[in-house]
Amino acid sequence: MASVKYIKGKEPHKCEYRMIFRNVDRQGWDPSIKSYLSDGGYKELKKALKMKPQEVTDAVKASGLRGRGGAGFPTGVKWGFIPPNNTKPIYLICNCDESEPGTFKDRYIVHQDPHQLIEGMLISCYAVGAKVAYIYIREEFPEGAKILEKAIEEARSKKYLGNKILGKNFDCEIYVHRGAGAYICGEETGLIESLEGKRPYPRIKPPYFPAALGLYMCPTIVNNVESLCHVKHVIAMGGEKYAQIGTPRNTGTRILCVSGDVINPGYFEVEVGKITMGELIYEVCGGLKKGRKLKGVIPGGSSAKVLSAEDSYKIGTGDSERVIGIEDIPMDFDTMAACGSMAGSGGVIVMDDSRDMAWILNNINTFYAHESCGQCTPCREGSLWMKKITDRMISGSGVPSDLKTLTSIGDNIAGRTICAFGEACAWPTQSFVAKFPGDFIKHTKPRNARKQLNPESKIAAAGLKT
Amino acid sequence: MQVPLELDERADDYIRHYPDDQKRSATLPLLHLLQEEYGYITEEAVDWVAMKLELEPINVLEVVTFYPGLRQTAPGKYHIRVCRTLSCAMAGCHETMDKFCEIAGIDRSTVSHHNPIAVSEDGKFSIEYAECLASCGTGPVCLIGDDFHESVEPKDVKGLINKYD
Repeated sequence: MASVKYIKGKEPHKCEYRMIFRNVDRQGWDPSIKSYLSDGGYKELKKALKMKPQEVTDAVKASGLRGRGGAGFPTGVKWGFIPPNNTKPIYLICNCDESEPGTFKDRYIVHQDPHQLIEGMLISCYAVGAKVAYIYIREEFPEGAKILEKAIEEARSKKYLGNKILGKNFDCEIYVHRGAGAYICGEETGLIESLEGKRPYPRIKPPYFPAALGLYMCPTIVNNVESLCHVKHVIAMGGEKYAQIGTPRNTGTRILCVSGDVINPGYFEVEVGKITMGELIYEVCGGLKKGRKLKGVIPGGSSAKVLSAEDSYKIGTGDSERVIGIEDIPMDFDTMAACGSMAGSGGVIVMDDSRDMAWILNNINTFYAHESCGQCTPCREGSLWMKKITDRMISGSGVPSDLKTLTSIGDNIAGRTICAFGEACAWPTQSFVAKFPGDFIKHTKPRNARKQLNPESKIAAAGLKT
Repeated sequence: MQVPLELDERADDYIRHYPDDQKRSATLPLLHLLQEEYGYITEEAVDWVAMKLELEPINVLEVVTFYPGLRQTAPGKYHIRVCRTLSCAMAGCHETMDKFCEIAGIDRSTVSHHNPIAVSEDGKFSIEYAECLASCGTGPVCLIGDDFHESVEPKDVKGLINKYD
């Protein structure tokens, strides 16, 4: 680690543990295979190919690696869901749709270290028995798609891709598939529909669990970019050793992406759970702007429930139960869930006391109203209603009942849709209104106190003319 | 529609990425090829993709109308996409958008959900808001064509436009 030098001004913070981002902003580094091989690249692939596929899966299971895309599901367990008596082709898909607002980690892996991803994918393909893999990359990374295509060409010319890889009985091809700007394609079954050339309407689970009925109704493993890169490091150090990084049940490192009202926003790779929210904001990110106080934090991408700086949070069980402030919350999957939110995709958005939470929520609602795929009525209609209400509130026409209406719409979306987008769009509204009611009430006036309407709008309001 | 031979060959290359009986998977790659070539997806382009992939044109059209990344109207010579989502909005993307419109001479008053793109009178620039470009730490960000630009404050807009003008 000590031998790696970084570009001046972009050195990692001393709290960081650079594993996945080891080569990001590295001096003299480029995304070519030459750079990668000179640094011991594809060594882990060779090691993995000497193991049995089941041994690779077992190592990933032992590592405790949890998916880095948002849900935090154990990667090795996911791989184990492929039906044992399967005779159909198996596919691996790399989810590089990175679209959760607040998250910007995959961008740097793809642009600066594409071979790490390809190596991780090859090891994963070997473990699950996939001969074809696709990288579904969002349309907004045109440069990234070109870099990946070039990297795949390079890997093919060095015989890391194709037939009889490294002389072993292992054939594998990787293709880049570009999306077209839809958030819903980050949902794995929506992504699969999109890859099949259709509208990305998510499929209902059960029965369409991708590991059994995925791409072309064949077993398919969909993993996030960061998760696939971790596989390489699991093989490098062994599952048990990897599991010692981080904290129990929350192993390894993860990349936290901080944006919003901090002095130094950016990406920071840390051991999971070894850093608290306060350390992240005040030490790693240089704190808030001068004279500002912390108001709230969205801890895991815009769909995660907001945490208020005023609240206290109960964590642990039994004897270890304690009450802590927002600054003492460790950044791991389980604690974040215990605090009523989620670590999600690692996108931390910080808001100081200059922010109007109704304005913030309106921005989030606009996003979800735009991105709902329209398949389920509660989400299609509800996301737009919530946006219309917050729109109206911040433009000065809110009424006191709006708070109740917003919450009730949110309550009626979550749990009533095919995919998790329903929760993703309801959680911000539910949590912002509950935690910062004052910011919403100040945008409301009782109906009879609103200014006198002119005759024309009175007619419109009565529905006589539209 | 007659497409250049090179484009036709690239289309065939893409089709080979998918199993023989799953040509439909090449819908997005082919649409991207056509959008790169012609700037937007025309009715003829939809028919061409359908013919190439042995689909009904409606199968292709439903894809075109769904995805914000596929345009159905002609953009300007340089198409600008300004990120509108939370971190960029907190960093001031709306001011950046206004400045782009002012300097490039674009009127966004006709923009709507179904018609998100506004074009300058001389046809040189067009602009739209995009949802999250995934660089929240360096907002406001924008894409001009395929070029990505970070920390685009209103004061930087003029220099940026001059680079393309």
